[in-house]
Amino acid sequence: MSARRDRTGLAAIAPFLWLGVFFLFPFLLVAKLSLSDTALAMPPYAPRIDWALGMAGLRAFLAALDLQTYGRLTSDHLYVAAYLSSLRFAAVATAILLLLGYPMAYAMARCSPAVRQALLMAVILPFWTSFLIRVYALIGILKPEGLLNAVLAAVGLGPVALLNTDAAIYIGLVYAYLPFMVLPLYAVLERQHHDLLEAAADLGCTPLQAFWRVTFPLSLPGVGAGALLCFIPMVGEFVIPDLLGGSGTLMLGKTIWTEFFANRDWPAASAVAIALLATLVVPIALYQRQQAKLIGGAR
Amino acid sequence: MRRGLTAFNRVSLLFGFGFLYLPIFLLVVYSFNASQLVTVWGGFSTRWYASLFRNEQLLDAVWVTFRVGLISATVATILGTFAAVALVRAGRFKGRTLFSGLVYAPLVMPEVVLGLSLLLLFVAFGLPRGFWTVVIGHATVTLCYATVVIQARLAAFDRQLEEAARDLGCPPFKAFFLVTLPNIAPAVAAAWMLAFTLSLDDLVIASFTSGPGATTLPMRIYSQVRLGVNPEINAVSTLLIGLVATGVIAAYLMQLRRRQDA
Repeated sequence: MSARRDRTGLAAIAPFLWLGVFFLFPFLLVAKLSLSDTALAMPPYAPRIDWALGMAGLRAFLAALDLQTYGRLTSDHLYVAAYLSSLRFAAVATAILLLLGYPMAYAMARCSPAVRQALLMAVILPFWTSFLIRVYALIGILKPEGLLNAVLAAVGLGPVALLNTDAAIYIGLVYAYLPFMVLPLYAVLERQHHDLLEAAADLGCTPLQAFWRVTFPLSLPGVGAGALLCFIPMVGEFVIPDLLGGSGTLMLGKTIWTEFFANRDWPAASAVAIALLATLVVPIALYQRQQAKLIGGAR
Repeated sequence: MRRGLTAFNRVSLLFGFGFLYLPIFLLVVYSFNASQLVTVWGGFSTRWYASLFRNEQLLDAVWVTFRVGLISATVATILGTFAAVALVRAGRFKGRTLFSGLVYAPLVMPEVVLGLSLLLLFVAFGLPRGFWTVVIGHATVTLCYATVVIQARLAAFDRQLEEAARDLGCPPFKAFFLVTLPNIAPAVAAAWMLAFTLSLDDLVIASFTSGPGATTLPMRIYSQVRLGVNPEINAVSTLLIGLVATGVIAAYLMQLRRRQDA
């Protein structure tokens, strides 16, 4: 084989260029803008690189960058609150998703193969259905005169104001991300051999003990994957807090949107975006390490 | 892992799937509601579908969305196929680490950040925002999803088949098109469908990169939803859900049949 020159790497050129121009470079622009001075006017924002001056121009550019915008973010309690509440929403919703998704994935894994296939399809289908439409569908249930309140009234419970509250955001997050939690859990649970549980029973384990000492520890990679797969996008979520939450809801995704579209404070929006990414670096790295381990283990 | 279902298992399945499907079911049912009030059932009617087809703005948005989806999914699939080939086949090449980082990063990057960064790019270069900037935005994000889908299939494909073709004198490019591509075609088709659906759904990136005259359907739906629930939105949502569900289920059944044939 080595006699033939391998030119397969050339296939990378087109996608490489595309991602360089439309992903990497714009990202650097965000980073640069977050270090630029706030101006109420439209861009370009100072400082700019003066290429005519060569290295001196570059040095002047770097010297003019400052952390002023970040300073503004940390001193303004609204930004700090948005940051903390994003993390709280994502963490609590991830916990609820685990509690709801685990029993579901577990039950799916115990079905007959034909039923399992159908249920798997049923979990994947909402993933293909428009996110926006699914959130919209939820509004129909949560609004004051919606189904939930009709059911509550029927059993004699008073009307509850759900829409535009934090509870609605939790319901929305859990609803939208449930497939992301169930799929990785199902993938690990489905592979587990029933013999393991029989062996545990033979050794005197009750079914509940067998679950906690065999099934659950073995499913931990799925738990980790599901939790990260939900947590990461939820921190930056925009549509759900915007449509289901109240006007006072603070989440980073919404903050970026508002800074950008309503306040037209582009440096602030960029700095919030960088802060959001910096927060997500650790969970993303964890997730990728775990995926690499899973793939390595399967081979 | 297999054994009979306990009562607890049944309840979890019922609750979980009920939760996933009940809102969509109600949305579809109320799209056939004769009453203007979205919560009162006024009898069966298709009036909202009729008014849908007279709503120029909405039809316009549908047309824009489909064109954006078709073009961006095609670009994404072609670039994604190249990227997958490079990642699976090329072994080590210069910049491989950076390249795979670039391919995977948009998958986990919040949409709001992607949208913002693309918009800054278009502003920096003075590109007027509109139809083509949305296409670029969607192609960039969905390219990464397409790569992952095609990569999985390519990794499982037996490379010896292609090598056999080359031993028989086939030039590498031709061997790829005659042997490898037909074999990974289902994944390429799936990647295209995924890219198209993602483009069809996207609100955030479209909102950042779009300009006057290029309002997509999700943008139109979003601005209406903010004003309140409206039966016409139920009708257009029902049509979209029906379209996507038909496509996904058909693809799934085809895949099942192929597996049984094999």
